[in-house]
Amino acid sequence: MQITVTVNGVERSGDVEPRTLLVHFLRDELGLTGTNIGCDTSSCGACTIHVDGQSAKSCTMLAAQADGLTVTTIEGLADGDTLHPMQRCFQENHGLQCGYCTPGMVMAAVSLLDENPNPSETEVRIGLEGNLCRCTGYHNIVKSVLACAAESTGASK
Amino acid sequence: MIPASFDYLRADSVDAAIAALTEHGDEAKLLAGGHSLLPLMKLRLATPSVLVDVGRLDDLRYINDAGDHIAIGALTRHRDLEISTLLAADAPLLSHAAGHVGDPQVRHRGTLGGSLAHADPASDLPAVILAMGATLVATGPNGTREIAAADFYTGFLESALAPDELLTEIRIPKLDTQGWSFQKFNRRAQDWAIVGVATVRANGSTGVALVNMGSTPLLASAVMDAVKSGASAADASAHANEGTEAQSDINASSEYREHLARVLVRRSLEESGLA
Ligand SMILES: Cc1cc2nc3c(=O)[nH]c(=O)nc-3n(C[C@H](O)[C@H](O)[C@H](O)COP(=O)(O)OP(=O)(O)OC[C@H]3O[C@@H](n4cnc5c(N)ncnc54)[C@H](O)[C@@H]3O)c2cc1C
Ligand code: FES
Ligand code: FES
Repeated sequence: MQITVTVNGVERSGDVEPRTLLVHFLRDELGLTGTNIGCDTSSCGACTIHVDGQSAKSCTMLAAQADGLTVTTIEGLADGDTLHPMQRCFQENHGLQCGYCTPGMVMAAVSLLDENPNPSETEVRIGLEGNLCRCTGYHNIVKSVLACAAESTGASK
Repeated sequence: MIPASFDYLRADSVDAAIAALTEHGDEAKLLAGGHSLLPLMKLRLATPSVLVDVGRLDDLRYINDAGDHIAIGALTRHRDLEISTLLAADAPLLSHAAGHVGDPQVRHRGTLGGSLAHADPASDLPAVILAMGATLVATGPNGTREIAAADFYTGFLESALAPDELLTEIRIPKLDTQGWSFQKFNRRAQDWAIVGVATVRANGSTGVALVNMGSTPLLASAVMDAVKSGASAADASAHANEGTEAQSDINASSEYREHLARVLVRRSLEESGLA
């Protein structure tokens, strides 16, 4: 079937089987390999992207379900060479070790701050419950998200 | 993991969805948020040959004040329930429990209708609608009919919905709530409940329902009877396992589940204000 998805601001069309998962469409058809597959069972969040602005697990969606919708992947966050504030905060706070969970963590974190711009540490931990870090580097991940929140709420004051 | 092949139809109206179900019969399955169905299809535990996607039926995505009840469209997502000010005021048990389903990514996609129709005894929201005495509205080729929550669950992953029916609306009675509680016991944050309890005390009666204590979501009728006849939270919770058939699995033995049910029912009754 023919689908058209706006991915990182660009309309992308493809001819997919109905059973094609969104993550496979992104990675294999569009070459956007920043979105990782971890568990492939909806548990780890490595495949987190935004669908119409909200975090979603792309291993648990059909590409067909995204037809006509807007998708943002980790590749779509930076503005040219300028990292998205969340990416920069992860870099500055050493919010990653092997980096495998990082694209999903960053996407989940951006969605979290959209919904709750000034979360407590507990709210960040609960808000990232859908993302697992196999390196268990949660401490600095939470620190990165809190730093990003402080920066943006500080800036808007 | 990739599902077995199927034909994909996107329904643009309730009528179109029902027509597709009627045409394809047992071969067809509705797809709402996909967060129960797609994982099963990826494991090939479900292999429908036609998927009827109702995920775009935005006219079934609403939370409305309907006088004596709140009317919720079946395609309303968990996140919508979680942040609804109407529910926070009139049905706080439902919005609170919806905020504990899975994780944010799941709540962004999963729907109330899908969660109820899937009829998984481990799901949170079926227990909530049982405790609150909700009414479900099903729409089929012959129009709509109402089903009481207490009559909805008929077996493991089975509901009173006919194969050509769509769950379209959930009606939550507006209760004069004196107290409520949702107890969910799990080991990892995003997990399903090992055992859960939903309680609401309102209009002089108490509704208590159990998650994961049998092959269907269950009303804790014996507990409710005990409370009605004046038992304390401690005494009523001793009846938590009557009529249950807890399973043993990788997370817990049936004995442990029975223990949890007693403890959580007691906590739930106490938290909802029963001495
Ligand atoms: C990682 C993860 C964690 C989860 N954790 C929890 C949890 O803690 N607690 C919990 O309760 N749930 C949990 N869930 C399940 C989640 O709540 C699902 O979203 C929900 O159970 C199903 O809703 P859906 O819209 O995704 O339905 P789908 O998966 O699309 O459909 C489920 C079933 O219902 C049928 N159906 C869907 N809509 C209708 C309708 N309107 N009328 C008739 N039939 C319909 C479908 O045909 C299918 O058989 C979790 C899911 C995942 C992936
Ligand atoms: S790969 Fe999608 S949740 Fe793990
Ligand atoms: S940094 Fe290695 S999985 Fe998280």
